[in-house]
Amino acid sequence: MSRASRRRDDERYRQWTGTYRPYDILREATIALGVVLALVIGLTILFSSPDDPPSTIKQWSHTDPVDFVTTATTELDGSSGTGGYGPPYNHNGDGQHIAFVYPAKWLGVSHPIDTARDFVLAPLQSITTQPALRTALSTYQAAPAKTQAAWTTAYEAALGKASATPSGSISVAAGHYGPLPTMMASLLTLAQGGGLDGALLTGRQFYQTDYTKPLLFMADGSVLANRAQAQHLLGTQWGMMNETGSYPGQSWLWLYTFWYQIKPFSTSANADVLVMGVMGVLSLAFILIPFLPGVRDLPRRIPIYKLIWREHYRTQQAVGPPV
Amino acid sequence: MAALPPEKLLPDAQPSYMASWIYVFGVLSLVSLVLIIASGSILTLKGPGWWHFTSVGHFFNSIHLWSVELFFFFLVIHLWGKYWMAAWRGGRARVWMTGAVAFIVAVPCALTGYVSQQNFDAQWISTQAKDGLNAAGVGAFFNVTNFGQMYSYHVLLLPLAVVALVAAHILLVRKHGIVPPFELAPRASAAGLETEGRPVAREDHGSGNGARHGSGTESHPVAESGSPRPGRTT
Repeated sequence: MSRASRRRDDERYRQWTGTYRPYDILREATIALGVVLALVIGLTILFSSPDDPPSTIKQWSHTDPVDFVTTATTELDGSSGTGGYGPPYNHNGDGQHIAFVYPAKWLGVSHPIDTARDFVLAPLQSITTQPALRTALSTYQAAPAKTQAAWTTAYEAALGKASATPSGSISVAAGHYGPLPTMMASLLTLAQGGGLDGALLTGRQFYQTDYTKPLLFMADGSVLANRAQAQHLLGTQWGMMNETGSYPGQSWLWLYTFWYQIKPFSTSANADVLVMGVMGVLSLAFILIPFLPGVRDLPRRIPIYKLIWREHYRTQQAVGPPV
Repeated sequence: MAALPPEKLLPDAQPSYMASWIYVFGVLSLVSLVLIIASGSILTLKGPGWWHFTSVGHFFNSIHLWSVELFFFFLVIHLWGKYWMAAWRGGRARVWMTGAVAFIVAVPCALTGYVSQQNFDAQWISTQAKDGLNAAGVGAFFNVTNFGQMYSYHVLLLPLAVVALVAAHILLVRKHGIVPPFELAPRASAAGLETEGRPVAREDHGSGNGARHGSGTESHPVAESGSPRPGRTT
């Protein structure tokens, strides 16, 4: 369609010059409100809403102490997901990128997290009644980085074969782990008593609403992922668009989640930024449909409009293509 | 105000072509939004933890959830309907664009609700959603694991944006009117039409019936009261 014909077309549809019918907008709104309210109340009575209790570090450290200690050790040596995340949490990576575009890196570290200090050392330092722990902490912090790394590497390897004891502690084969067993035993005890949940939340002030640290710590372990897998919420199971139970969840996110299921997104190290980029472009295109050749012309070519306005056209008694 | 006199804001007549169920989904989306705001306001009055521990609170949370589900359901059908009508024709691009942006802004509005639930869904969704947002740089100022920030976005900033966009959308609809149907080429056949390229709608409804220009209500021809279906709006 040429620009001139499009302009003529635009002018033709600017105003309706045909017949009208009586209409009561308030009556229609009232009926619509009544219908939707009835639907909502009916759905509420039938299905209620999901509310699975949140996981806590206390609960996690009781049910899977080996996973908890393994995660804590990776936080200590910085090899956890958060430890190597990069911005906005730390400088241990550049974040994802599309070619030369590094959005996360450019916006910087806005929520600084030092996993060793924030998740392990600081909570342990708050325990002042255990001389053995104080000594272990001093030993660890005084050791060269190479020695620390040797301890954590050996300990993480041993944790792969560790088991939980009936008392809730863990049993690890003997090895050269330096002060780590003492430190981790204390951290596990602190977590099982609920102290670590509070320690990760407590910051510079009494009131707190930022759960970034405890959530990231738990996300580095398998406590959330195990529950999510059982509820079919993993990324490979169309993930966060779902909810626990059989609820529809955020079905409107289907397209966003869809990209993660296919290549190259499903195998890319930059999947998140690529998907966000694609969705950004598609969202912009969605807004600009009136100006996009091809997309804006489809409704004219595919005669769904004949279904929509079938009564109007029946009155018109004309069934040719749109002019 | 000059562009939107009372008779345009609250019309007592609508174009005769609006005899299709597809037109009800706009108003259904709108009343769903009203229910979302009403139920959300009750939840806000009682605080974010109320609905976990009381059956009344849980009831209103469920009302809020299903209102949201229906809102998106109706809105998606409304959008598809408007797409296949090519509802941006006739200088109505801004009507489409405000509707599209309202839909896009409603998505994070809902997301902030999901991550403010203070339950396992909130934990899982926030720890999953953070990666996309962080990768795009949005996480620097929109931290889905920060409950306080998400709750503020959810109960104030994003609803304000959605309501403002929906209000702009509706005012634009009232100003420009509902897009007329595609005019069809006449079929010189059984109907025996002799329109020869003349706009069919004008031929059938306009001539000899006081055809009007503009979408007000003061001078347009109104179909007989025995019209086949009750009126609907977008």
